Amino acid sequence: MKIVSSLPRTGSANAQTTSMVNGIRMALDEVSGAIDGVKIQYEDMDDASPQRGNWDPAVEAQNANKAVRDESVIGYIGTYNSGASKISMPILNTAGLVMISPGNTYPGLTKPGMGEANEPRIYRPSGKINYFRVVPTDDLQGRVAAEWAKELGVKTAYLLDDRELYGKGIADVFEKRAKEIGVTVLGREGIDPKASNYKALANKIKASGADLVYFGGTTQTNAGQIAKDLRSADVEAKFMVPDGCFEQAFIEAAGAANLNGKTYITFGGLPADQLSGRGAEFRKAYIAKFGAEPEAYALYGYEAGRVLLEAVKRAKTKTRADILQAVAETKDFDGALGRWGFDENGDTTSRVMSGQTVENGAFRFAKVLGGAESAPPTSAPGTVPGE
Amino acid sequence: MRPLHHLLALAPLALTAFAAAAADDAPAVASGGVLGQQLVTGLSNGMIIALIAIGYTMVYGIIELINFAHGDLCTLGSFLALTVAGALGMEVWSGVGGLAGVILLLVTAATFCAALNWSIDRVVYRPLRSAPKLTLLVSAIGCSFVLVNLSLFWGGLPMQVFGGGVAAAAPKDFPALVPDNSLLPDAWNLNFTTSDLLVWCVTLPLMVALTVLVRSTRLGKAMRAVAQNPTAASLMGINVDRVIGATFVIGGALGGFASVIYALYNNTISFQMGYRTGMDAFTAAVLGGIGSMPGAVVGGLLIGVVRALSDGYIEARWTNSVVFAILIATLVFRPSGLLGAKLRDKV
Repeated sequence: MKIVSSLPRTGSANAQTTSMVNGIRMALDEVSGAIDGVKIQYEDMDDASPQRGNWDPAVEAQNANKAVRDESVIGYIGTYNSGASKISMPILNTAGLVMISPGNTYPGLTKPGMGEANEPRIYRPSGKINYFRVVPTDDLQGRVAAEWAKELGVKTAYLLDDRELYGKGIADVFEKRAKEIGVTVLGREGIDPKASNYKALANKIKASGADLVYFGGTTQTNAGQIAKDLRSADVEAKFMVPDGCFEQAFIEAAGAANLNGKTYITFGGLPADQLSGRGAEFRKAYIAKFGAEPEAYALYGYEAGRVLLEAVKRAKTKTRADILQAVAETKDFDGALGRWGFDENGDTTSRVMSGQTVENGAFRFAKVLGGAESAPPTSAPGTVPGE
Repeated sequence: MRPLHHLLALAPLALTAFAAAAADDAPAVASGGVLGQQLVTGLSNGMIIALIAIGYTMVYGIIELINFAHGDLCTLGSFLALTVAGALGMEVWSGVGGLAGVILLLVTAATFCAALNWSIDRVVYRPLRSAPKLTLLVSAIGCSFVLVNLSLFWGGLPMQVFGGGVAAAAPKDFPALVPDNSLLPDAWNLNFTTSDLLVWCVTLPLMVALTVLVRSTRLGKAMRAVAQNPTAASLMGINVDRVIGATFVIGGALGGFASVIYALYNNTISFQMGYRTGMDAFTAAVLGGIGSMPGAVVGGLLIGVVRALSDGYIEARWTNSVVFAILIATLVFRPSGLLGAKLRDKV
């Protein structure tokens, strides 16, 4: 038997994905690389290309097809980018191969009424659900981000997004919630992620006098450059970003001095040093094994690997169909983030989220966000999908 | 340079009209200070574009080749500058010593890019001098790929300035060697920073020097002769290959200066930056009339300012569309560009 992962290993997401792959390997080590005496192989596939420095649709499609053709493959862990899953989901769905994402947060991949009209149906040509994820979605994260901003005393906000699926989606949710709770949105712009600088935009934001700049985007879509240009234009507003920037590479790209004391990062989970129970054990084992703090998403790589291996154990026969069935039936799973399961859409029932700040060039945990009272109605007409 | 007069009349007019129209749409953010700020930002960005655009237009003027590798040559210049800055431990502005360091970076990158550009011509383009133009063009695209991948490899070197080389493709932080404090009194409500000053102080003298070189020196005369008719020039005793080589050296050196200014102004470099800056510079060269050096400068400044005004008064998402709409409109009414003198069949 074999499991594969498809993550962007080339490019600036490398630090995050290395951490995720380490997490998957730790899950495999826990079962000593075998279940019921059958050895489980693992292949770490790359869905990025050097030309793009980022995930590449052609490579992701190739990975999915390769996994489907290899009959020993019984599980596909991936992807990191929501856009990439749009490519591989229908391919794996047709083959009935289970897919577990440790990183995708775009709601439309699983939740009806949250994306385009035909989502998520178009990703499930067979009509059955084969895609699951272990991270809470953006409709939850964008919402708690807006609420956190209000708590911080923000009255006016200027919103930017990178015009990609993830970034635009989460900024849309932020905007909607901000308006509901009385934060005035002074402007909303889609940026060009490849521009050499955003100084002109920063001048405009400064003139608007906003208390907060929210950027729906990632390190790869130039969050670091935006932070630099806001500072060089003397914009004194707070700067808030979602979990796509929750990685050391963001601080390196932006320069610590441009972030310290004014930057707020939301994350759909808890940072490793705030974990308790099984999560804390994971962190200890990770540091012992790899000699470094796990990046934010390492835990989700581990969790995705574990939930898959647990399902393989429970499956009656070790076929793709039975394993898929067993994953779907995951309930009350003893996970690193407490007890959770998969709901009828394939989403995790875990709702733990957190807010971070940047101090002295390092992320610092600020508080737990969200919780039951801010859980949105399931039928909320949410995100307008990106291009 | 007769067409220059047309343009000098035309450019400010178009800009004012554009700014005025935009200001009507968004009265809330349009004040004198903001407009002035956007013009400063636009001109600084435009000068960097112009400096790179000259490299495109010089080569085109003399051998009718669109040297697609030029933007990526600048990327390599930036990587060299970051490597040198890292090796010398340059991290922040440090007065006179810092100024000497910046000058050292400028000279090193310019020398390196000039030598590399000359070598590319010697090894790749010169053997293809009599080949069909398309062959040259495809070779230029090939060179561009080679240079991009060299930058990718360079960014992966295990050095501290490259973050230990863990993520070769990640954007690299370029230290703020030039301070970002405003040089104007607060009452003006206008930010003109030391990095803006650096851009202007390096770019303007280079442009003047280049104009003098092309107009008043023997080499400049030879370059103009080769551009007009290489065969006739060689019959007059001009060593055509040497003149073309010199053009690549000058274009490369300007690209090297631009690469350091770019890095100091934006404080981020990445292996892919040459594509975008190259595209902007190439557009500037075409807009100004490819082959014309004043055209490249005017085109670069125009694109920088239009970008800033579009970001400021329209919406950032429309900026690329605005730039290319202006390019198309210009080419419809002036097919040879704003300052392009004559129209010949190319490529």
